[in-house]
Amino acid sequence: MAHTAVPVIVDTGAAPPATAGAPLVLEHPHTSTGLDNRKLLMWAFLASDCMFFGTLIATYMVYKNRSIDGPLPRETFDVPYTSVSAFVLLLSSLTMVLALASIQRGEERRMRVWLSATALLGCVFLGGQFYEFTTFYHDGLTLSRNLFGSTFFTLTGFHGTHVAIGVFWLGSLVTHSFRGKLHQEHSLLVEIAGLYWHFVDIVWILIFTLVYLIPD
Amino acid sequence: MATIDHGHGHAEEHAVEHAHPGAKTYTIVGVILAIITVAEVFFYTQESVRAFLVPLLLVLSASKFVMVVGFYMHLKFDHPLFLGVFGFGLMVGGSIITALMFLFGQYPLPHHLA
Repeated sequence: MAHTAVPVIVDTGAAPPATAGAPLVLEHPHTSTGLDNRKLLMWAFLASDCMFFGTLIATYMVYKNRSIDGPLPRETFDVPYTSVSAFVLLLSSLTMVLALASIQRGEERRMRVWLSATALLGCVFLGGQFYEFTTFYHDGLTLSRNLFGSTFFTLTGFHGTHVAIGVFWLGSLVTHSFRGKLHQEHSLLVEIAGLYWHFVDIVWILIFTLVYLIPD
Repeated sequence: MATIDHGHGHAEEHAVEHAHPGAKTYTIVGVILAIITVAEVFFYTQESVRAFLVPLLLVLSASKFVMVVGFYMHLKFDHPLFLGVFGFGLMVGGSIITALMFLFGQYPLPHHLA
Protein backbone atom coordinates (compact mmCIF):
# COMPACT_ATOMS: atom_id res chain seq x y z
CA MET A 1 0.00 0.00 0.00
CA ALA A 2 1.42 3.38 -0.96
CA HIS A 3 1.96 5.77 1.93
CA THR A 4 1.51 9.48 1.61
CA ALA A 5 4.32 11.74 2.76
CA VAL A 6 1.84 14.32 4.04
CA PRO A 7 1.84 14.36 7.89
CA VAL A 8 -1.48 13.51 9.52
CA ILE A 9 -2.45 14.77 12.97
CA VAL A 10 -3.83 12.08 15.26
CA ASP A 11 -5.10 12.40 18.81
CA THR A 12 -3.41 10.12 21.34
CA GLY A 13 -5.26 11.21 24.44
CA ALA A 14 -5.85 14.54 26.05
CA ALA A 15 -6.07 17.25 23.45
CA PRO A 16 -4.98 20.81 24.19
CA PRO A 17 -7.83 23.23 24.96
CA ALA A 18 -9.04 24.95 21.82
CA THR A 19 -10.29 28.49 21.50
CA ALA A 20 -13.98 29.32 21.21
CA GLY A 21 -15.17 29.57 17.64
CA ALA A 22 -12.26 27.55 16.25
CA PRO A 23 -13.19 25.20 13.39
CA LEU A 24 -13.77 21.58 14.35
CA VAL A 25 -11.07 19.09 13.36
CA LEU A 26 -12.23 15.48 13.63
CA GLU A 27 -9.60 13.39 15.38
CA HIS A 28 -9.52 9.84 16.63
CA PRO A 29 -7.47 8.00 19.23
CA HIS A 30 -5.07 5.36 17.95
CA THR A 31 -7.18 2.20 17.56
CA SER A 32 -7.00 -0.70 15.11
CA THR A 33 -9.94 0.72 13.14
CA GLY A 34 -8.87 4.35 13.45
CA LEU A 35 -12.27 4.99 15.05
CA ASP A 36 -13.11 5.67 18.66
CA ASN A 37 -14.16 2.40 20.29
CA ARG A 38 -16.70 4.13 22.55
CA LYS A 39 -18.56 5.50 19.55
CA LEU A 40 -18.40 2.15 17.76
CA LEU A 41 -19.75 0.46 20.89
CA MET A 42 -22.67 2.89 21.02
CA TRP A 43 -23.52 2.16 17.38
CA ALA A 44 -23.37 -1.59 18.13
CA PHE A 45 -25.69 -1.08 21.11
CA LEU A 46 -28.11 0.95 18.98
CA ALA A 47 -28.05 -1.82 16.36
CA SER A 48 -29.02 -4.35 19.04
CA ASP A 49 -31.73 -1.97 20.28
CA CYS A 50 -33.12 -1.90 16.72
CA MET A 51 -33.73 -5.65 17.04
CA PHE A 52 -35.24 -5.19 20.50
CA PHE A 53 -37.73 -2.54 19.37
CA GLY A 54 -38.30 -4.43 16.11
CA THR A 55 -39.56 -7.36 18.18
CA LEU A 56 -41.77 -5.15 20.36
CA ILE A 57 -43.24 -3.32 17.34
CA ALA A 58 -43.87 -6.60 15.51
CA THR A 59 -45.59 -8.07 18.58
CA TYR A 60 -47.82 -5.00 18.84
CA MET A 61 -48.69 -5.07 15.13
CA VAL A 62 -49.58 -8.76 15.28
CA TYR A 63 -51.70 -8.63 18.43
CA LYS A 64 -53.30 -5.17 18.39
CA ASN A 65 -56.48 -6.31 16.60
CA ARG A 66 -56.78 -9.71 18.26
CA SER A 67 -58.28 -8.49 21.51
CA ILE A 68 -61.52 -10.28 22.47
CA ASP A 69 -62.68 -7.31 24.52
CA GLY A 70 -62.17 -3.52 24.27
CA PRO A 71 -60.93 -0.85 24.49
CA LEU A 72 -59.44 -1.01 20.98
CA PRO A 73 -56.83 1.27 19.35
CA ARG A 74 -59.18 3.47 17.29
CA GLU A 75 -61.39 4.32 20.30
CA THR A 76 -58.42 4.91 22.61
CA PHE A 77 -55.86 7.14 20.92
CA ASP A 78 -55.90 10.93 20.94
CA VAL A 79 -53.78 11.64 17.85
CA PRO A 80 -53.64 15.47 18.16
CA TYR A 81 -52.33 15.11 21.73
CA THR A 82 -49.72 12.52 20.74
CA SER A 83 -48.71 14.71 17.77
CA VAL A 84 -47.64 17.38 20.25
CA SER A 85 -45.59 14.78 22.16
CA ALA A 86 -43.96 13.68 18.88
CA PHE A 87 -43.18 17.30 18.05
CA VAL A 88 -41.63 17.84 21.52
CA LEU A 89 -39.33 14.83 21.09
CA LEU A 90 -38.41 15.96 17.57
CA LEU A 91 -37.57 19.40 18.93
CA SER A 92 -35.40 17.81 21.62
CA SER A 93 -33.33 16.18 18.87
CA LEU A 94 -32.66 19.62 17.42
CA THR A 95 -31.60 21.05 20.80
CA MET A 96 -29.39 17.99 21.36
CA VAL A 97 -27.53 18.44 18.11
CA LEU A 98 -27.20 22.19 18.78
CA ALA A 99 -25.59 21.28 22.13
CA LEU A 100 -23.08 19.13 20.26
CA ALA A 101 -22.35 21.90 17.76
CA SER A 102 -21.81 24.30 20.70
CA ILE A 103 -19.28 22.14 22.55
CA GLN A 104 -17.45 21.39 19.30
CA ARG A 105 -17.01 25.16 18.92
CA GLY A 106 -15.89 25.43 22.56
CA GLU A 107 -19.02 27.31 23.68
CA GLU A 108 -19.59 25.49 26.97
CA ARG A 109 -22.21 27.83 28.41
CA ARG A 110 -24.35 27.54 25.29
CA MET A 111 -23.91 23.77 25.36
CA ARG A 112 -25.26 23.66 28.92
CA VAL A 113 -28.31 25.66 27.83
CA TRP A 114 -29.04 23.32 24.90
CA LEU A 115 -28.41 20.17 26.97
CA SER A 116 -30.71 21.45 29.73
CA ALA A 117 -33.35 22.28 27.11
CA THR A 118 -33.06 18.76 25.71
CA ALA A 119 -33.47 17.21 29.16
CA LEU A 120 -36.42 19.50 29.87
CA LEU A 121 -38.13 18.54 26.60
CA GLY A 122 -37.50 14.90 27.51
CA CYS A 123 -39.24 15.51 30.84
CA VAL A 124 -42.17 17.16 29.02
CA PHE A 125 -42.45 14.10 26.79
CA LEU A 126 -42.38 11.77 29.82
CA GLY A 127 -45.00 13.90 31.57
CA GLY A 128 -47.18 13.69 28.49
CA GLN A 129 -46.76 9.94 28.36
CA PHE A 130 -47.64 9.63 32.06
CA TYR A 131 -50.81 11.68 31.46
CA GLU A 132 -51.68 9.54 28.43
CA PHE A 133 -51.17 6.30 30.37
CA THR A 134 -53.30 7.63 33.23
CA THR A 135 -56.09 8.61 30.83
CA PHE A 136 -56.01 5.18 29.19
CA TYR A 137 -56.11 3.53 32.62
CA HIS A 138 -59.23 5.50 33.56
CA ASP A 139 -60.75 4.48 30.21
CA GLY A 140 -60.30 0.85 31.19
CA LEU A 141 -57.14 0.04 29.25
CA THR A 142 -54.58 -1.66 31.48
CA LEU A 143 -51.55 -3.88 30.95
CA SER A 144 -53.62 -7.01 31.59
CA ARG A 145 -56.93 -5.86 30.08
CA ASN A 146 -56.44 -7.29 26.57
CA LEU A 147 -53.75 -8.04 23.96
CA PHE A 148 -53.81 -4.45 22.71
CA GLY A 149 -53.19 -3.10 26.23
CA SER A 150 -50.40 -5.59 26.96
CA THR A 151 -48.48 -4.95 23.75
CA PHE A 152 -49.12 -1.19 23.70
CA PHE A 153 -47.98 -0.55 27.27
CA THR A 154 -44.95 -2.84 26.85
CA LEU A 155 -43.81 -1.08 23.67
CA THR A 156 -44.39 2.52 24.74
CA GLY A 157 -43.31 1.76 28.33
CA PHE A 158 -39.91 0.49 27.18
CA HIS A 159 -39.56 3.55 24.95
CA GLY A 160 -40.42 5.81 27.88
CA THR A 161 -37.80 4.01 29.97
CA HIS A 162 -35.23 4.77 27.27
CA VAL A 163 -36.24 8.44 27.37
CA ALA A 164 -35.94 8.49 31.17
CA ILE A 165 -32.43 6.99 30.99
CA GLY A 166 -31.54 9.61 28.39
CA VAL A 167 -32.79 12.42 30.66
CA PHE A 168 -30.58 11.15 33.52
CA TRP A 169 -27.63 10.89 31.12
CA LEU A 170 -28.14 14.47 29.92
CA GLY A 171 -28.49 15.63 33.51
CA SER A 172 -25.15 14.03 34.40
CA LEU A 173 -23.49 15.78 31.43
CA VAL A 174 -24.86 19.15 32.56
CA THR A 175 -23.64 18.46 36.10
CA HIS A 176 -20.17 17.51 34.80
CA SER A 177 -20.08 20.70 32.76
CA PHE A 178 -21.00 22.84 35.76
CA ARG A 179 -18.17 21.16 37.71
CA GLY A 180 -15.74 22.11 34.93
CA LYS A 181 -15.16 18.53 33.75
CA LEU A 182 -16.68 18.78 30.27
CA HIS A 183 -14.72 20.79 27.73
CA GLN A 184 -14.32 20.96 23.98
CA GLU A 185 -11.89 18.06 23.92
CA HIS A 186 -14.60 15.88 25.51
CA SER A 187 -17.14 16.61 22.78
CA LEU A 188 -17.25 12.90 21.94
CA LEU A 189 -19.05 12.27 25.25
CA VAL A 190 -21.81 14.65 24.17
CA GLU A 191 -21.86 13.11 20.69
CA ILE A 192 -22.34 9.59 22.11
CA ALA A 193 -25.13 10.78 24.41
CA GLY A 194 -26.61 12.50 21.36
CA LEU A 195 -26.55 9.26 19.36
CA TYR A 196 -28.58 7.57 22.10
CA TRP A 197 -31.03 10.49 22.28
CA HIS A 198 -31.55 10.63 18.51
CA PHE A 199 -32.13 6.88 18.49
CA VAL A 200 -34.89 7.33 21.06
CA ASP A 201 -36.34 9.96 18.72
CA ILE A 202 -36.26 7.76 15.61
CA VAL A 203 -37.92 4.93 17.51
CA TRP A 204 -40.73 7.33 18.41
CA ILE A 205 -40.97 8.41 14.75
CA LEU A 206 -41.74 4.77 13.92
CA ILE A 207 -44.06 4.24 16.91
CA PHE A 208 -46.00 7.42 16.13
CA THR A 209 -46.67 6.25 12.57
CA LEU A 210 -47.14 2.51 13.11
CA VAL A 211 -49.05 2.64 16.41
CA TYR A 212 -50.94 5.94 16.41
CA LEU A 213 -51.45 7.00 12.79
CA ILE A 214 -52.08 3.49 11.41
CA PRO A 215 -54.22 2.09 14.23
CA ASP A 216 -56.19 -0.53 12.23
CA MET B 1 -1.50 15.49 23.22
CA ALA B 2 -1.51 15.50 19.44
CA THR B 3 1.39 13.87 17.64
CA ILE B 4 2.44 13.59 14.01
CA ASP B 5 1.70 10.41 12.08
CA HIS B 6 3.71 10.34 8.84
CA GLY B 7 1.14 8.46 6.86
CA HIS B 8 1.58 5.09 8.60
CA GLY B 9 -1.54 5.48 10.78
CA HIS B 10 -5.14 5.64 9.66
CA ALA B 11 -5.09 8.26 6.96
CA GLU B 12 -7.21 6.05 4.69
CA GLU B 13 -9.96 5.75 7.29
CA HIS B 14 -9.90 9.46 8.02
CA ALA B 15 -10.19 10.32 4.37
CA VAL B 16 -13.73 8.91 4.16
CA GLU B 17 -15.02 11.07 7.04
CA HIS B 18 -16.18 14.64 6.72
CA ALA B 19 -16.71 17.45 9.23
CA HIS B 20 -20.17 17.56 10.78
CA PRO B 21 -22.63 20.20 9.57
CA GLY B 22 -23.21 23.37 11.57
CA ALA B 23 -26.11 24.83 13.55
CA LYS B 24 -27.70 26.33 10.43
CA THR B 25 -27.98 22.96 8.69
CA TYR B 26 -29.30 21.34 11.86
CA THR B 27 -31.99 24.02 12.18
CA ILE B 28 -33.05 23.65 8.53
CA VAL B 29 -33.33 19.89 9.00
CA GLY B 30 -35.38 20.49 12.18
CA VAL B 31 -37.80 22.74 10.30
CA ILE B 32 -38.20 20.15 7.53
CA LEU B 33 -38.85 17.42 10.15
CA ALA B 34 -41.52 19.60 11.79
CA ILE B 35 -43.18 20.24 8.42
CA ILE B 36 -43.24 16.51 7.64
CA THR B 37 -44.81 15.80 11.07
CA VAL B 38 -47.53 18.39 10.41
CA ALA B 39 -48.08 16.81 6.98
CA GLU B 40 -48.45 13.38 8.58
CA VAL B 41 -51.18 14.57 10.94
CA PHE B 42 -52.86 16.52 8.12
CA PHE B 43 -53.03 13.46 5.84
CA TYR B 44 -54.27 11.38 8.78
CA THR B 45 -57.32 13.63 9.06
CA GLN B 46 -58.10 13.67 5.31
CA GLU B 47 -60.70 11.17 4.09
CA SER B 48 -59.69 11.78 0.47
CA VAL B 49 -56.29 10.10 0.92
CA ARG B 50 -57.63 7.19 2.99
CA ALA B 51 -57.01 4.71 0.13
CA PHE B 52 -53.25 5.28 0.06
CA LEU B 53 -52.80 6.64 3.58
CA VAL B 54 -50.63 3.78 4.86
CA PRO B 55 -47.94 3.92 2.13
CA LEU B 56 -48.00 7.72 2.30
CA LEU B 57 -47.42 7.72 6.08
CA LEU B 58 -44.72 5.07 5.77
CA VAL B 59 -42.85 7.15 3.17
CA LEU B 60 -43.09 10.30 5.31
CA SER B 61 -41.98 8.40 8.41
CA ALA B 62 -39.06 6.81 6.54
CA SER B 63 -37.95 10.22 5.26
CA LYS B 64 -37.93 11.58 8.83
CA PHE B 65 -36.00 8.54 9.98
CA VAL B 66 -33.37 8.95 7.24
CA MET B 67 -32.97 12.67 7.92
CA VAL B 68 -32.42 12.20 11.67
CA VAL B 69 -30.00 9.30 11.15
CA GLY B 70 -28.16 11.02 8.30
CA PHE B 71 -27.82 14.55 9.66
CA TYR B 72 -28.36 14.47 13.44
CA MET B 73 -26.59 11.13 13.99
CA HIS B 74 -24.03 12.05 11.30
CA LEU B 75 -24.18 8.73 9.44
CA LYS B 76 -24.07 10.73 6.20
CA PHE B 77 -20.72 12.17 7.24
CA ASP B 78 -19.14 9.55 9.52
CA HIS B 79 -17.14 6.44 8.72
CA PRO B 80 -19.05 3.79 6.70
CA LEU B 81 -18.36 1.20 9.41
CA PHE B 82 -20.91 2.95 11.66
CA LEU B 83 -23.47 2.74 8.86
CA GLY B 84 -22.66 -0.93 8.40
CA VAL B 85 -23.05 -1.76 12.09
CA PHE B 86 -26.30 0.18 12.50
CA GLY B 87 -27.63 -0.91 9.10
CA PHE B 88 -27.18 -4.56 10.05
CA GLY B 89 -29.19 -4.13 13.25
CA LEU B 90 -31.83 -2.15 11.39
CA MET B 91 -32.08 -4.82 8.70
CA VAL B 92 -32.51 -7.57 11.29
CA GLY B 93 -35.11 -5.49 13.17
CA GLY B 94 -37.03 -4.78 9.95
CA SER B 95 -36.85 -8.44 8.97
CA ILE B 96 -38.29 -9.45 12.36
CA ILE B 97 -41.27 -7.12 11.86
CA THR B 98 -41.88 -8.29 8.28
CA ALA B 99 -41.46 -11.99 9.07
CA LEU B 100 -43.74 -11.94 12.12
CA MET B 101 -46.44 -10.02 10.27
CA PHE B 102 -46.40 -12.53 7.41
CA LEU B 103 -46.29 -15.40 9.89
CA PHE B 104 -49.37 -14.16 11.75
CA GLY B 105 -51.30 -13.26 8.59
CA GLN B 106 -51.11 -9.49 8.81
CA TYR B 107 -50.14 -9.31 5.10
CA PRO B 108 -52.06 -11.12 2.33
CA LEU B 109 -49.87 -13.89 0.93
CA PRO B 110 -49.86 -14.91 -2.77
CA HIS B 111 -52.29 -17.79 -3.46
CA HIS B 112 -49.59 -20.38 -4.10
CA LEU B 113 -48.05 -19.62 -0.68
CA ALA B 114 -51.28 -19.30 1.31
